[in-house]
Amino acid sequence: MAGHAENTDIIVATQVNKWYGDFHALKNVSLAVKRREVVVIIGPSGSGKSTFIRTINRLEEHQSGEIVVDGIPLTHDVRNIEAIRMETGMVFQQFNLFPHLTVLQNITLAPMHVRKIKKAEAEARAMQLLERVGIPEQAPKFPGQLSGGQQQRVAIARALAMQPKIMLFDEPTSALDPEMIREVLEVMEELAESGMTMVVVTHEMGFARGVADRIVFMDSGEIVEIGTPEHFFTDPQHDRTKLFLKQILK
Amino acid sequence: MATGIPPTHWVNPNPPAPAQKPPATTVGWIGWLRAHLFSTPANSVLTLATLWVLYWIGGGLARWLAGAFWEPIWANRKLFATGIYPSEQLWQPAVVLLLVCALFGLSAGRWGSIMRTVGIGLAALLLLLALIPLGGMAQAVMAVGLVLLLAGYWLGARGGVASRWLVAGWILSGPLTFVLLGGIDLPLLGASPAVDSNLWGGLMLTMLLAVVGIALSFPVGVLLALGRRSKLPVIRYFSIGYIELIRGVPLITLLFMGMTMLPLFLPSGWGNPSQLVRAMTAITFFSAAYLAENVRGGLQAIPKGQYEAADALGLSGLDSLRFIILPQALVKVIPAIVGQFIGLFKDTSLVSLVGLLELVAVAKAVIQQPEWLGVAGGVAREVYVFVGLVFFLFSYGMSFASRRLENKLGFGKR
Ligand SMILES: Nc1ncnc2c1ncn2[C@@H]1O[C@H](COP(=O)(O)OP(=O)(O)OP(=O)(O)O)[C@@H](O)[C@H]1O
Ligand SMILES: [Mg+2]
Repeated sequence: MAGHAENTDIIVATQVNKWYGDFHALKNVSLAVKRREVVVIIGPSGSGKSTFIRTINRLEEHQSGEIVVDGIPLTHDVRNIEAIRMETGMVFQQFNLFPHLTVLQNITLAPMHVRKIKKAEAEARAMQLLERVGIPEQAPKFPGQLSGGQQQRVAIARALAMQPKIMLFDEPTSALDPEMIREVLEVMEELAESGMTMVVVTHEMGFARGVADRIVFMDSGEIVEIGTPEHFFTDPQHDRTKLFLKQILK
Repeated sequence: MATGIPPTHWVNPNPPAPAQKPPATTVGWIGWLRAHLFSTPANSVLTLATLWVLYWIGGGLARWLAGAFWEPIWANRKLFATGIYPSEQLWQPAVVLLLVCALFGLSAGRWGSIMRTVGIGLAALLLLLALIPLGGMAQAVMAVGLVLLLAGYWLGARGGVASRWLVAGWILSGPLTFVLLGGIDLPLLGASPAVDSNLWGGLMLTMLLAVVGIALSFPVGVLLALGRRSKLPVIRYFSIGYIELIRGVPLITLLFMGMTMLPLFLPSGWGNPSQLVRAMTAITFFSAAYLAENVRGGLQAIPKGQYEAADALGLSGLDSLRFIILPQALVKVIPAIVGQFIGLFKDTSLVSLVGLLELVAVAKAVIQQPEWLGVAGGVAREVYVFVGLVFFLFSYGMSFASRRLENKLGFGKR
């Protein structure tokens, strides 16, 4: 994909629709994310934020519309799905570390078995990533022995170990005690500065204001408003956006 | 501050309090007795009642033991060990035993943990058997087995064997056992006459049935458990049908069906499988159905997030099963699986009803030997106590090893 210019779109979602049974969870959602861009998705509970970012790497299947990730169309073809998953890392609210593997093994598993990297090299890179997220000394421990903030930083390192071009975050700090939120956000800020393309669902308005290039506001399964942080926090247009911001900033 | 409860506004002026030892409520063994056995009147009554029951049982047992007659077991030790396997060819089972000892030694050295536990148990057993005057040859075999076990441990612990080769060795040992026991044609040693599998018996047969049953029913059971959760209806309904059908039928029925009906299911060229193979087939299929349900329980306990994390990392479905889902699911159900295997081990005694001479069948035969007709009260008690002890020894060994394994695989829980 060397031909892609710097500011082309890396994720293009067009008219995406998704139903759970009869329930219309995503309604004609269209969004383009540029390379190196940080997009924060906000919105009330149940508005479809998780559903949307989970369709990007096919943890949820959409029923109509088109999603193209780094030029790869997201179809039923397993090869395409696997190719897209190799390019996108995901960080979950509940961390979802593998409890039976050590921190180091959590990080090296996918590089070794998906990217076929040799164990020694995978471990060396895992240690670098653990340095980067600030917890190299935790490498031999099991996830159950770590604090929530440490676990989430391991989860970020695990996703980064696959050398993804895009990182998806679904409420990465929502399960954390207040004093641990900071340490995770700092890692994410550093990642954004390094030029990683990021799509982040979060309720951390400070992060949205300080780090996001654009903010997307979703409500009842649709995108209501897209804009820069400045636009959002000073001059929101839609009534639903205003209401939401008023409630959350209260 | 009279109550010791700080008022609403209060700042602790003290330096951080040092940690103190917990209060000693129990001192010495008398304190322990008082705290645990005689803490309340009800507890005291229970303790005394239990002691009385133990005394009653122990007294009866002691009276019987004083006059117990162990000669039938001693005289028939070869029969208990290998059944009516031809005496002049006993070197063949001996080679199998030595092979297994070597493999256990290497595994204990290479892998440690549970294998070391099992290896220690085996070593103790071999040492005991080498010291009991069973007969020169048998003792020599046990002693060599012990030496092989220790040598294997030494070699394995120094990394003298790759895990891959060890696994291959274990897998190969299965067919090799059958070849060795059934009779072989070696270029140097000459042919040993074939030994019909109906002649294999005793503890050797019990172990063979159990090990083969465990080794084969485990993968089949895991596949059935996965099949039961498959998205493909054909596979799912086949698995459900199989599991429910087998679980609805007693093992003895399957054994009889194996004896009479198995050839109907086999391709015509496969001939007529031996009784041993039929029994093994029935035991394996029976055990697999129960195992599948146990494993399914473990699979259900794995949170959806684990699958999602594996998917999101790009792991293939097979890799996700191998590295993420199954290891966790199986660990969760170790107690159930081992319980199932202990059940299987004891259920092998049912093959005595379809004409195979395993441990219980040998016991029955020994009891009826004419030599003991004159013994007052018969010899059934001694013989069954002995057989029971043998079963208990191995069952308890499995149970003990499983607990060790569970602790080992606790994943550093806090
Ligand atoms: N597996 C499912 N089956 C049925 N309905 C679902 C399922 N997953 C989500 N939904 C519904 O879809 C809607 C959108 O859910 P989603 O999880 O995307 O919301 P969200 O914006 O992430 O909310 P939150 O902030 O609470 O995480 C909700 O109404 C939810 O109840
Ligand atoms: Mg959500």
